[in-house]
Amino acid sequence: MTPYPDSHGRFGPYGGRYVPETLMFALRQLTEHFEQAQGDPEFGKHFEYYLRHYVGRPSPLYLAERLTKEAGGARIYLKREDLNHTGAHKINNCIGQALLTRRMGKPRVIAETGAGQHGVATATAAALFGLQCQVYMGEEDVRRQKLNVFKMKALGAEVVTVTSGSRTLRDAINEALRDWMASVEHTHYIIGSVMGPHPFPAMVRDFQSVIGKETREQCQNEVGRLPDVIVACVGGGSNAAGMFHPFIGDASVELIGVEAGGRGLATGDHAATLSQGKPGVLHGMYTYVLQDDEGQTAPVHSVSAGLDYPGVGPEHSYWKDSGRVKYVNVADSDALEGFRQCSKLEGILPALETAHAVVMAMRVATKRSHDDMVVVCFSGRGDKDCFEVARLQGEEI
Amino acid sequence: MNPIDRVFRQLREQRRKAFMPFVTAGDPDLETTIRLVRDIANRGASLIEIGFPFTDPIADGSVIQASYTRALAGGVRMDDVFAAFRKLSAPGELGDVSLISMISFSLVHHRGPERFILEAKEAGFSGAIVPDLPIEEAADLVKQASSHDFKLIQLVTPTTPRDRARQIAHLSTGFLYCVSVVGITGTRTELPPELLDQLRWLRTQTDLPLCVGFGISKPEHMRMLRDHVDGVIVGSALVRHLETIANLGSDAAVAAIGMQVKELAHALNSA
Repeated sequence: MTPYPDSHGRFGPYGGRYVPETLMFALRQLTEHFEQAQGDPEFGKHFEYYLRHYVGRPSPLYLAERLTKEAGGARIYLKREDLNHTGAHKINNCIGQALLTRRMGKPRVIAETGAGQHGVATATAAALFGLQCQVYMGEEDVRRQKLNVFKMKALGAEVVTVTSGSRTLRDAINEALRDWMASVEHTHYIIGSVMGPHPFPAMVRDFQSVIGKETREQCQNEVGRLPDVIVACVGGGSNAAGMFHPFIGDASVELIGVEAGGRGLATGDHAATLSQGKPGVLHGMYTYVLQDDEGQTAPVHSVSAGLDYPGVGPEHSYWKDSGRVKYVNVADSDALEGFRQCSKLEGILPALETAHAVVMAMRVATKRSHDDMVVVCFSGRGDKDCFEVARLQGEEI
Repeated sequence: MNPIDRVFRQLREQRRKAFMPFVTAGDPDLETTIRLVRDIANRGASLIEIGFPFTDPIADGSVIQASYTRALAGGVRMDDVFAAFRKLSAPGELGDVSLISMISFSLVHHRGPERFILEAKEAGFSGAIVPDLPIEEAADLVKQASSHDFKLIQLVTPTTPRDRARQIAHLSTGFLYCVSVVGITGTRTELPPELLDQLRWLRTQTDLPLCVGFGISKPEHMRMLRDHVDGVIVGSALVRHLETIANLGSDAAVAAIGMQVKELAHALNSA
């Protein structure tokens, strides 16, 4: 495996810990517990047990015949994270961190959430392991994602509406960090993506790497070879990191990360952090960030709430600079078309985040021969987006 | 000699303590900020901390974040802040009072550490507190600061282990900022024992002035702290007060905050 991050949590120049001194003790404690857990076969066994019997892993690697035919080139395979319990890859990380919370003897977890997927996954894991749970969610998102708010409450979590700053995911993270500073002795903060201060980017990647490890095994056992291309969407970047990481050493496998092109890069209304941003500091990490000319965090936009983030996990910044992963973007309108196409051709409603990756996979497949194999990290299902898609189509449901 | 060193030397000679109010630049607007700073410099403040508005200040409490949001919504830019303070810091305007910037590392990094330090000095700032830059990440800024005689004030908290607190104290310049995370709430009648323990221990480890901040709001707190510290920082209490009276207009706001500062500073240094 790659030697990254180093002992300071650096992926090349990226990562690190840009946090108040108040959090340094907790981060060191968390790093120690995580390293111990990684070396403990019992912890690994528990993690695998819950992934298999509770989450429903391994998730299938499915040949999407009609999408393949439509693209008219390489074969397109879907790694079906949408079939996990709670409908997305987020639960993999939450099970891992909830087990770690239990191991640390802390009775309470907190989380941030944008669209609500990570919040629901955290509330689910908290219910499973009997932990108190509070989820920070921006006021704007609470209004837009009523179904997920209801689900979190039903699962026993308390949803805290965040009214500060931008009233979205960014400020939900700020508030969760603030809570953690005051509650660190009895609370663990389950960050939902490969972001934040060390050890979170590495830890979340490792819990999500089950996606890439399974895909690798399935490719070898079921197809007899490694794929030519793997495509995943990138907001904070956790499904992509989990998918890519086990393939980083395989030079023959092309890796493509898809960011949100929003209304087009020229309009400024997008969340294409890696192609339009610059290295800076946000939420405790040094990474590519979308900022204005003075270094203030820029407002971002995507039709998909899960990609709507002005930063990105530091390991992606490292992969970008090294050229190992290529980062591209797909516009809102194309992603919506991908949502419709995938639903009609495969009978699978993709999350709008996932739809970005599906569109890019089809573009790549078109240019390749039928012998080639393109894998899409099918990160989540689209049920949560039905209201938004209907609204954009002018329908009421 | 750096003005911060000079302030603390004078205070020590006079057996007085430093009162250090915090003001957010541009809340409710830069003109009021400048008037406020000029006013409180004459009401018992020894140093004044100026908060530079940032969109995502994870190291600040929610009251201060809200003031940053208001300032940014009002269109305040860092260039404007520097320009306004350049005018204010004309010789004699602030007497012996030193200015310290409180700024997120994101903004420092974006400007470039050296350029930030040079512009800050030119605008009359003698040092900075960068609360989201722990010592592990601070090497470059520490080097730049020291070569420009600009103070870089580090923070210790009650959760900081002693070996680490020693390293932090060693690296800090100007003074050492002791965060009382547990919070000294309004109803508290005595100081948290762990804070007193830490202050006593730190005193044996460093000659730097020890200043305590976080959750300090009332004259009683000043009286409880004064025998144990070299200075006290009051932030949120002033920012919150200003928020509630900002709609009364600049004159009334400056008068009210000036009064609050005078009362707190008096409690810190009266017999």
